[in-house]
Amino acid sequence: MTGDVTLIGYGLAAIGPAIAVGLIFAAYINGVARQPEAGRLLQPIAILGFALAEALAIFALVLFFIRL
Amino acid sequence: MSLNAWGASLGAVVAAEGDSHFPPKVADFWQPLVTFGHVGNTTIALTRPMVVLTLVALVLSVWLVTTTRRAAAVPSKGQWFTEQVYDFVRNNVARDMIGTKDFMRFVPLLFALFTFILLSNLSGVIPGIQMPPMARIGFPIALTLIVYVVYHWIGIKKHGGFGRYLKWMIPPGIPGWLMPLIVPLELLTYFITRPLTLALRLFGNMFAGHMLLVVFIMGGWLLLTSGSIGLALVTIPAWILGFVMTAFEILVQVLQAFVFTLLAASYFGGALADEH
Repeated sequence: MTGDVTLIGYGLAAIGPAIAVGLIFAAYINGVARQPEAGRLLQPIAILGFALAEALAIFALVLFFIRL
Repeated sequence: MSLNAWGASLGAVVAAEGDSHFPPKVADFWQPLVTFGHVGNTTIALTRPMVVLTLVALVLSVWLVTTTRRAAAVPSKGQWFTEQVYDFVRNNVARDMIGTKDFMRFVPLLFALFTFILLSNLSGVIPGIQMPPMARIGFPIALTLIVYVVYHWIGIKKHGGFGRYLKWMIPPGIPGWLMPLIVPLELLTYFITRPLTLALRLFGNMFAGHMLLVVFIMGGWLLLTSGSIGLALVTIPAWILGFVMTAFEILVQVLQAFVFTLLAASYFGGALADEH
């Protein structure tokens, strides 16, 4: 079986951003559940945080191109 | 059956397909339609993403002109839809991120960015087109360059000169011994990290998402035509997942268009802020 061991590395690297994105949306859901009227205020903040955390996983994806 | 044997049998399936594009590679996204010539190592060609983007620009122009040409106080269905999209960008993106004072002059740019990215992303799943142009890194870089130039330009104008703009980037009240650490970090954020993440986020999401769809749908097709009934049965879950992933991909495409516009607006807002 052939493959590329860097893919395992990318899988491992994606764990961190995955947890981060989970925590961000957990906090967002918590906030909206406690104070539904804050939903509109919290939504852009949550998506902004999600985008910033996700950037880390995207950086790791770029290493895929450097490797090839 | 060991993993090795499974891999070997899958390898045989792929080899039997001849010029198969499975598994999909980065090179599969390079799809020249007409090649004009070569300059050094660079090939000059009309590629599929270019045609898709031209189509997107045309569709957007026609849509906006036809729905707003006879704008009325009581809107037609088309005008109402256009106004909803415009209101979304104006209120939920521009006004929330830039502030009520000077958000209006950025609305045209943000609206153009949002609709353009949204439609070009969605063309990744529209049957017959199925090519997200943003999966080629050049296009996100071009869009990011516009945002990059604009937010530095308005920052320099707002703070009165390049030197004072650089000074404004450093948050006030930092103790002197922290300066060697904070100054490079802040400069790095403004000049390198922001444009890099903005372009790569859009590119990475579109590229990875499209790759995922290709794996499930093309992989399912390969399994179906492999000639083995056992493998052909696996096509069903593969295509169900392909369908689910397509729905998920639509969500991601809309979200990424929104995120790009939101971040652009927040950079504009940040550059216009009085304090760091």
